[in-house]
Amino acid sequence: MSKSSLKQTLKDLDTKKISIRELNQDYLKRIKENENLNVFIHFSEDNVLKQIDTLEKDNSAKKLKGIPIAIKDLFCTKNMPTTAASKILENFNPTYESFVTQKLLDEGSIFVGKTNLDEFAMGSATNTSFFGNTINPLSKDDEPLAPGGSSGGSAAAVSADLCLGATGTDTGGSIRQPASFCGVVGIKPTYGLCSRWGIAAFASSLDQAGIFSHNVEDASILLQSIAGFDHRDSTSAKVDIPNYFENLDDDLNGKTVGIPKEYSIDGTPKEISQIWEDAIKVLEKKGVKIKNISLPHTKYALPTYYIIAPAEASSNLARYDGVKYGFRSDEIDSLDEMYENTRAQGFGREVKRRILIGTYVLSAGYYDAYYLKAQKVRKLIADDFNKAFKECDFIVTPTAPSAAFPLNEKQNDPIKMYLNDVFTVPASLAGLPGISIPFGKDKNNLPLGIQILGKHFDEQQVFNAAVSLERSYE
Amino acid sequence: MKIDKNTINKIARLSRIKLDDKESEDYIKDLNSILDWVEQLNEVSTENVEPLSNISSSILPKREDVSNDTNSSEEILENAPDKLEGFFAVPKVVE
Repeated sequence: MSKSSLKQTLKDLDTKKISIRELNQDYLKRIKENENLNVFIHFSEDNVLKQIDTLEKDNSAKKLKGIPIAIKDLFCTKNMPTTAASKILENFNPTYESFVTQKLLDEGSIFVGKTNLDEFAMGSATNTSFFGNTINPLSKDDEPLAPGGSSGGSAAAVSADLCLGATGTDTGGSIRQPASFCGVVGIKPTYGLCSRWGIAAFASSLDQAGIFSHNVEDASILLQSIAGFDHRDSTSAKVDIPNYFENLDDDLNGKTVGIPKEYSIDGTPKEISQIWEDAIKVLEKKGVKIKNISLPHTKYALPTYYIIAPAEASSNLARYDGVKYGFRSDEIDSLDEMYENTRAQGFGREVKRRILIGTYVLSAGYYDAYYLKAQKVRKLIADDFNKAFKECDFIVTPTAPSAAFPLNEKQNDPIKMYLNDVFTVPASLAGLPGISIPFGKDKNNLPLGIQILGKHFDEQQVFNAAVSLERSYE
Repeated sequence: MKIDKNTINKIARLSRIKLDDKESEDYIKDLNSILDWVEQLNEVSTENVEPLSNISSSILPKREDVSNDTNSSEEILENAPDKLEGFFAVPKVVE
């Protein structure tokens, strides 16, 4: 099966080589053939056909007209329910459209369905979803593999060629790690580039929307479409959005890449260190100057993240109280009983764990010792990157410490699961743009990923380095 | 041990999440191991370091303080599990 790119498909639609209906029927067929992967929480063929009907009557030119896109089920959508993969939002039908999905609709894209994720984006394997695991399309028959998470459904949808691109969100690695596990491209832009309006909030100072695609060119097209200022998100940035695709330049001659020594972690599999070295060699051949850099507070990024993210989550998830929307328990003798039973029955185990941790680190007497301390270490981590970027144009590291692991591994030990994000969390804390591209395979022929990090709002440099590495690898 | 039975009950109450005994036991174990792990932050000297709460390097614009009307009460109530005469309905709180 050869996968068409978004770029090629836009050309084929333009030259009438294929119609919008033919194109989408091809994708619908594959979606139905791959139901066993449990990629979608919501999929309705009728809904897709309706969207095709509407677009066929629309004579205006639109940038993504007819392009099948999958949407992580954390984005509120008017024409499909939105669950955040939680029982507590099981019956939620938003009356408004998220900023990101509205932009995609305005460009004429077709939403094929809402993809599975870890409940409220809390997880690294798409195994905390109320709607069951998603299976990595690259699994061998005898051993189902995890697609990574939290945006595992979106990564799997692109990997199995069920769409030409997908939206994701990344709080600590939730786009980059599943992209690596599923062998696709995933970009988390700078914090503030895409509005968070209409995305179910997890950790507001970290959450950022992004894109999955088959290749870097496609990612550059789609990111431009979802970026932009929005007054409804108070941290949305008022910056010019360049035409990333038009500006793509794979000539890296004279650029400097930073290689952080702290990302050589004991116990990292040899294959991971090997692809990292390979990527550096490729860059060197292209005339890139290699600069060894130090990000001294790297090892404190994970514990910092696991204070800040749960703290913000405990506050954000207070809104799910059984009053305004979603699930309400039947056991409601009093108002307090209603709250406590609704939340006990509506949230899954990992979400409750994080709410409890977050409530503890914010509670009287512990706030300074945990939350304030973590915010201070976060400043040191961000400063490390600021210093490093005085000496280099971009940074290259592995994306994840392993290839995709079996579905049910690491379920009982939360800390072990948290370690998946060891290479992605530091850039999240610093709000930096990061992309993961497939680069090399492990001994079982599973894809591995290379991560490229850039300066704030320097997505163009990240794309340029990524496309250069991608073209040398193909 | 930082989290004992009393503490977990207190946090669960603050979070408005009812826990049964088995869950309480599990969370006591989980939370203690997570808190032990995050305490490595105490190795880092943070004297005179300003806490970072907003990472954005762009200047965040202020908006005009004007009222607008984007939601109708009907839309807001559309997903409510229980409603009555244009209001959210909850179990009785006064006798």
